[in-house]
Amino acid sequence: MTPLPAEFADLEAFADKWCLASEPERYTARLSSSMHDLQAFYDAMEPRAAAAIDYCDRYPLDGMPEAVVNLMHLIYSFVNVSFPVEVWLQPRVPDSGSAYFTCFLEPTP
Amino acid sequence: MPRLPKPTDDSISPDFYELEREAIFKRAWLNVGRVEQLRKTGSYFTKNLNVANASIIVVRDRDGEVRAFHNVCRHRGNKLVWNDFPREDTEGFARQFVCKYHGWRYGLDGTLNYVQQESEFFNLDKGCHGLVPVHCEVWAGFIFVNLAKEPEQSLRDFLGPMITALEGYPFEQMTERFGYRTEVHANWKLFMDAFAEFYHAPVLHAKQSRERYAAAGQKLGFEAPYYRIEGPHRLVSTAGVRNWEIGEDAVKSSEVLTRGGLFGPWDKPELGDMPPGVNPGRCSPWGLDSFQVFPNFVILIWSQGWYLTYHYWPTSYNTHVFDGNVYFLPARNARERVAHEMTAVTFKEFALQDGNTLEATQLALETRAVGRFHLNDQEVLLRHAHKVVADWVDEYQIANGERG
Repeated sequence: MTPLPAEFADLEAFADKWCLASEPERYTARLSSSMHDLQAFYDAMEPRAAAAIDYCDRYPLDGMPEAVVNLMHLIYSFVNVSFPVEVWLQPRVPDSGSAYFTCFLEPTP
Repeated sequence: MPRLPKPTDDSISPDFYELEREAIFKRAWLNVGRVEQLRKTGSYFTKNLNVANASIIVVRDRDGEVRAFHNVCRHRGNKLVWNDFPREDTEGFARQFVCKYHGWRYGLDGTLNYVQQESEFFNLDKGCHGLVPVHCEVWAGFIFVNLAKEPEQSLRDFLGPMITALEGYPFEQMTERFGYRTEVHANWKLFMDAFAEFYHAPVLHAKQSRERYAAAGQKLGFEAPYYRIEGPHRLVSTAGVRNWEIGEDAVKSSEVLTRGGLFGPWDKPELGDMPPGVNPGRCSPWGLDSFQVFPNFVILIWSQGWYLTYHYWPTSYNTHVFDGNVYFLPARNARERVAHEMTAVTFKEFALQDGNTLEATQLALETRAVGRFHLNDQEVLLRHAHKVVADWVDEYQIANGERG
């Protein structure tokens, strides 16, 4: 099980699937999810995102406990699924059938 | 400059592509990276420049200088530096370069230092068998190479005053980087075309913006307020009515939460005074400057205190590799980091839309069913881009007696 800070136990149902350390993993999870699943994750995160960012902000970026890093990854996944839910109404960018864009470098965490 | 038609043959002809390789990519200065990729003595990266039929090693030597060499062992021509897959680029740290084949060793300055069983060679002069150097110069931390035997211009002269006036922008401080790559099934110039005008923005990206922002864009025509052409290089600046300034219904709820988006982080970092080359049209409000550095390099500076680079590396007449890099000042806390994440993800969503349109354009152009295309005023930079390419090819052909 992927631990989250105790204050965010309500998001634990999503942790195993969405606490992903890299953008390629998050994007792949998004494309392989149904809109129903994306919407459920988004709906759980949206009211909690402000509190989650506040919480992570109490820790230095280079000294976050594992559970806080997991929460950061959960926020990044929320960012990623915001496009299908708020904009595209489908997991994939419209008309992007054969296009891909590989993220080969990103900051940690 | 021709108003029309846009030449189409330059994007669908294998013969023209071969000319571009010789006339442009073996003559122009090419950006291959930044000095931050070479942090200390012995830091190196390799770069396959298939378009110029070259593979190079870029390294920081013992004097702190950035140097470039052809990535070819002088013994029997083995590719010197590679890992696992000879066609893939690599990077790392080395005290010397050792050939995987017969163990010849080269110093960071390219000198051949050691030959396995040297006595078995006949009169081998190690002093004449260093790595073959490639002309390499650094401007504002950007590393450029030139594959000509003797470049026709210094890097500084090539870049010209419009680009060198960016000196002083804190590129070197913006070390938080997101890197993206894709292979696009379209001629390299078609992607440059896509980012050279904003005529497409309210249509192609209509869905991506909230309805009210998209409608405002379509009504106004999304026209850029400033264009500039200097030598082979180009600039377009946009006015910056940022979506959050229009009203809450022009932004996504996740943008409000993360305080980031297409324009960048909503909270602009303090960068100090800008050099005169930034927003030279003095646009107010100002959104971004997109500097297209000939032939295939773009520096895109956003008013919100971050920048992008694009590289278009041709791999054939109808394919190219696109590299997009997003650079920020390192996030100081989780809040800034999350705003960067939203910005980088938004960049990718836009680029995916742009990318797929190009394949469709390439396919349609290749049918040759239509040969004349009309460009409007906002597409002035496209006209220039294709004209400069044609000019460099003409010049080359005349100089080589291939044309009178």
